Amino acid sequence: MGKKQDVTELFGEPVAGNGLLHRRFFLQSSAALAGAAASPALAESIGAGSPPTMLKPGAQFNAYGMPSHWRDNIKRILATNVPPAREVTGSIRTPLQYLEGTITPAGLHYVRNHNGTPDIDPSKHELLIHGMVRQPSIFTVDSLMRYPMRTEIHFMECAGNSGGIAGAAMPQQATAGDLHGLLSGSEWTGVKLSTLLDEVGVDPRAAWMLAEGADAAGMSRSVPVWKAMDDAMIALYQNGEPIRPEQGFPMRLLLPGFEGNTNVKWLRRLKLMDGPMYTKDETSRYTELQPDGKAREFMLQMEPKSVILKPSFSVDMQGPGYYEISGVAWSGLGRVRKVDISADGGKTWAEAALTNPVLPKALTRFRLPWMWNGGPAVLMSRTTDEKGRVQPTHAEWLAQYAPRQNFHFNAIQSWAIGANGKVSNVYV
Amino acid sequence: MFKEIESPLPLRVEAVKKSPEAILGRPATRPRVGFRTRAMARRVRGAFVPAALLCLMATTAFAADIAPPKLGRSATPDEIAKADISIPPDGKGLPPGSGSVAQGAQVFAAKCAVCHGANAQGTPNGDRLVGGIGTLASANPVKTVSSYWPYATTLFDYIRRAMPLTNPQSLQNDEDYAVVAYILSIDNIVPKDAVLDAQSLPKVQMPNRNGFINWEPRLIRP
Ligand code: HEC
Repeated sequence: MGKKQDVTELFGEPVAGNGLLHRRFFLQSSAALAGAAASPALAESIGAGSPPTMLKPGAQFNAYGMPSHWRDNIKRILATNVPPAREVTGSIRTPLQYLEGTITPAGLHYVRNHNGTPDIDPSKHELLIHGMVRQPSIFTVDSLMRYPMRTEIHFMECAGNSGGIAGAAMPQQATAGDLHGLLSGSEWTGVKLSTLLDEVGVDPRAAWMLAEGADAAGMSRSVPVWKAMDDAMIALYQNGEPIRPEQGFPMRLLLPGFEGNTNVKWLRRLKLMDGPMYTKDETSRYTELQPDGKAREFMLQMEPKSVILKPSFSVDMQGPGYYEISGVAWSGLGRVRKVDISADGGKTWAEAALTNPVLPKALTRFRLPWMWNGGPAVLMSRTTDEKGRVQPTHAEWLAQYAPRQNFHFNAIQSWAIGANGKVSNVYV
Repeated sequence: MFKEIESPLPLRVEAVKKSPEAILGRPATRPRVGFRTRAMARRVRGAFVPAALLCLMATTAFAADIAPPKLGRSATPDEIAKADISIPPDGKGLPPGSGSVAQGAQVFAAKCAVCHGANAQGTPNGDRLVGGIGTLASANPVKTVSSYWPYATTLFDYIRRAMPLTNPQSLQNDEDYAVVAYILSIDNIVPKDAVLDAQSLPKVQMPNRNGFINWEPRLIRP
């Protein structure tokens, strides 16, 4: 009883079931928790009381810095038991549960390839823009470097992300990265595509644009010209360095908020057309079957979504008490407007705090203080974006599509907390 | 606020000469609210322009003001022809040549079956390509080339650019026509004696030709 009173004094009354606290706690907490540091014991030689790293010089410089070996478990996640042909046509995932903030280190960005990562000599690589244009033109990498650049932060998500959940009758017990790690966030720098399209002069009747990569899959996708003219970019840099081979070196098409596959890597050609090309990856794949047997094609935008990462599967609780619930939310339609959190399986909800900056079509970090009483709980997060779209429940999502469809899965993720603090994936 | 925009103005007036639209940082296809002439641009100084527009200018100024360089070089018809390997549903760009079902069966056995299975039924290393017609609205939908793909041109395009997986772009055009004919013959989408070429391929009626709903009009536009 006395214990509960202390907690209430410090954190206020819960605002939703099972101990969720008000997000305003973040504003007050630093003052409330300050002043607890112990005074250091005095010693005759200061070295005797210091950590060993203070007593000898550290390692030399590195030409390219690497993460701490103390955290060398933070690696991308490769599916196991992959047949040989699928080693070049599959994917490797971002270990979301180990990362904070909203920017994914380039080396941990997910990769989805359709026939391996090509090694492209940038001095030999060119971008051709042709089709329904006044002046078909070729741009070298060096010439693109001389155009005005823009820098933007955006998420990238494979249309097949979380597809394992969509298709599986029983919830798979796997980490957030395993389940949702075809998702990453980066700062991209490059040339606004409309600048180049203005230069070549697009025929007003052109409604679609084919983008083609220089990889062994000749990856090609059709996208609407309105998107190309709006916020599309020829991305040359990622997180401040030249875009990496796995992400499309020397250049990729960036279509903020559109499914990952349309952000064609190793971009070599753009063709302006009056209709779509109907390539393999916009007919056979990246289309979604409804229960009536009709399939949705060109479902290109990624709808609002979120996932709680702390806690999540394998990121277990360590005894009752105070925790910060944290995760990422995003929407391909614009900014995240709010993220609601439930700790009682969706009965009651509390609004999470969003960490600035909250950018359009970018990962947004959300946080909420939680006083876990040690009992069973089911955590859920639900994003509403600035267009008013809300994440569906698992059942609502499934009802839209035929059995075992696995593209564009954006239903609410639920994590159950057992009394032992173990976190498991559950369907609610 | 006037002070803020005063100093960069000479620069901006120069830019206006090159690219009128650039002053608002927008492509030329948008409604024109930009300044056409040096004289009009000067009216900015005379507070002719509404304050809201000035704010817009103040925030989008500098980088967007300077007309971008034009560094693309003209592509020759030959360069375009070499790069333009895509085949749309109307078959435009299909190459000369032809191939029969019988020839295609040989190509498939030699170059595809190792991954896609002897009868294109699939293996862990390659998708199943046939069967499943009529299953799309069932509780167990099976998506294959036969049951799902709307256009035969897509099959020609994709195999020519991407298959065999370990040796893409190695097929002769005749081999590609033939192997397409063979795959489509398995479920009788084309007859067993079919010969495909640039004329006949786009005319093939795929069973699921009308099975798609174009979602593009439902996307949220800017
Ligand atoms: C080394 C194994 C391998 C060989 C050989 C191979 N393929 Fe494939 N094929 C694959 C894989 C893997 C995919 C999936 C590619 C992806 O992920 O985009 C594929 C995809 C396809 C598809 C698209 C299937 C779909 O449903 O989307 C077709 C059609 C195809 N192959 C035809 C062929 C033909 C024809 C040949 C012979 C000329 C061939 N393949 C040889 C492995 C192979």
